[in-house]
Amino acid sequence: MTSITTAQPDRPQRRSAWRRRDAATGYAFVAPAVIGAIAFVIVPLGAVIWYSLHEWNVLANTFTFVGAENYQHMLDDAALHDSLIASLWFSIGVVAVNISLALFLAVLLNQRLPGTTLFRVLFFTPVVVSLVAWTIVWGFLLQADNGINGFLAEFGVTGPNWLRNNVTAMIAVVVVQVFKNVGLNMVLFLSALQSVPEEIQEAARLDGAGAWRRFFAITLPMISPTMLLVAILTVVGSLETFALIDVLTDGGPGTSTTVLVFYLYRQAFEFNQFGYASAISVLLFVIVLALTLLQWQTRKRWVFHES
Amino acid sequence: MSPDQLTHRRTTAEGAPGSSVADGRGTPAARRPRRRFGSEHLGRAALVFLMIIVAVPFVFPIWWMITSSMKTTSEILRLPPSLWPESPSFDSYRQVFELQPFAQQYLNSLYIAVLVTVGTMAVAALAGYAFARIRFRGSNALFVLVLVGLLVPSEVTIVPLFRMVNSAGLIDTHWPLIVIPILGAPSVLATFIMRQFFVTLPGELEEAGRMDGLSRFGIFARIALPLSRSALAAVAIFTFLKSWNLYLEPLVYLSSKSNFTLPQALTQYVDAYGGPIWNVQLAATTLTVIPVLIVFIAAQRQFIQGLANSGLKG
Repeated sequence: MTSITTAQPDRPQRRSAWRRRDAATGYAFVAPAVIGAIAFVIVPLGAVIWYSLHEWNVLANTFTFVGAENYQHMLDDAALHDSLIASLWFSIGVVAVNISLALFLAVLLNQRLPGTTLFRVLFFTPVVVSLVAWTIVWGFLLQADNGINGFLAEFGVTGPNWLRNNVTAMIAVVVVQVFKNVGLNMVLFLSALQSVPEEIQEAARLDGAGAWRRFFAITLPMISPTMLLVAILTVVGSLETFALIDVLTDGGPGTSTTVLVFYLYRQAFEFNQFGYASAISVLLFVIVLALTLLQWQTRKRWVFHES
Repeated sequence: MSPDQLTHRRTTAEGAPGSSVADGRGTPAARRPRRRFGSEHLGRAALVFLMIIVAVPFVFPIWWMITSSMKTTSEILRLPPSLWPESPSFDSYRQVFELQPFAQQYLNSLYIAVLVTVGTMAVAALAGYAFARIRFRGSNALFVLVLVGLLVPSEVTIVPLFRMVNSAGLIDTHWPLIVIPILGAPSVLATFIMRQFFVTLPGELEEAGRMDGLSRFGIFARIALPLSRSALAAVAIFTFLKSWNLYLEPLVYLSSKSNFTLPQALTQYVDAYGGPIWNVQLAATTLTVIPVLIVFIAAQRQFIQGLANSGLKG
């Protein structure tokens, strides 16, 4: 706490006057943030739950209470199940590729090779590039008969029509997302790697442990709490990916890359099913909330490790 | 992405803003004595080579974006693709401004991002300071209330917020893109970061200010705020980028081209069949990306530290 409140104990009157005024200042200082939180977070959150219990079509101008019907509908909405599966694949893909690539890059940068600073900047660059811009450029690279395939053709290889095939389209969105964001995880891993005490490594080296052995027996366990955290953060991030899908594949081909957020957007702003879209929002919120709580649990463990 | 992960990213990265989380260089003590001179040299050369190969997918898209934007329509479709335009032309850049009110859209993005950044810094610094240093009844409860914003991805509340904006008659205006980020969930991370910073300030400094007869606002403005420059810089960087890159919200709230922001405008360079006009689209993309890249390269340490501490993603 601040020491201000304990100041001048010999003049209690002035002290309490200062305190009263100080508390008023405190309320004034937090007022914008608190009012904003109520107006733009708490109320909308309550509203979305309320809406989810309604049949609400904006075009038809209907708004009728239907209880849990939207949630009932979720159970037999095949398109929703497809989008959950797409989300699952997308998240698994992003986490697996992102984590392994980030770790690989961090280990590379940790070797104190010449040019490390430059490469750190290069690997980080996509993080500051706008996602839409990055996606447009990759859309250009992933054309059927130009871009990457144009280069492949030079070597007599016929590349797949990346964005028109269910499997390669999913691979494409995963890869584009990973290259965009991996720099951030790389930096987090790098700082974790640098906090591994050199003495332990040295001791293992003297005991005859090779580089691989040292990595798997010492480094990896020591940075595993960071890894777990980064993994969950990356999953949550992947669950909120909208722009990439909208710009690169438009959810296609078919519905193969229609992840949950994109399906939510479609229901609300293309099909005007605001009630059902609200129910999907609640589902998304519950998933993210569960992951965040899990993350807090792991954070406790991480703090424990540190102390 | 939701700000909640940002917070914990920051705590994972372990450190007050300004700590050198992202410093690629190790401590001198970390250097190992060199053994096996020749093979070690060779191994390190191989690693540098590996790093160059790995850098290709990070750098090549940007290289190709810039070079392709200077190609003519016929060259951009030609096979094999050329790595450098045959006769660099800036015709596509002219078209960028002819097909859409691109200058206007650029200005929209810029002024919205500046306002959001300044507004967020103000709201977050004030609230963060009060939550950290001022004692008032219910401050913990209010802080928890504000922190709920970290748990709510922007997609979750887009339907009610759309309705709110609609009934306020503010569809197709920039108000929702300015006011909601400053006061709503997106600014909560900034408040949190500022609070974490102000908690670490030594109380003696403020005590001295108070002895000098400064009001609480005076203590905040003259003593605490100047000391929080590194935290404020981190907040400014990720807030500006977040606003500059915002996509879902403009898509939902805006409908006329002259009101569009850049990410939305970039997707509009399409021909009558909806196919992208590549060289023009890439020229517009280049114009969007280059200023940010220049600032990033000029201040890369602050960027990497600030973003790693706050963990902006997507």
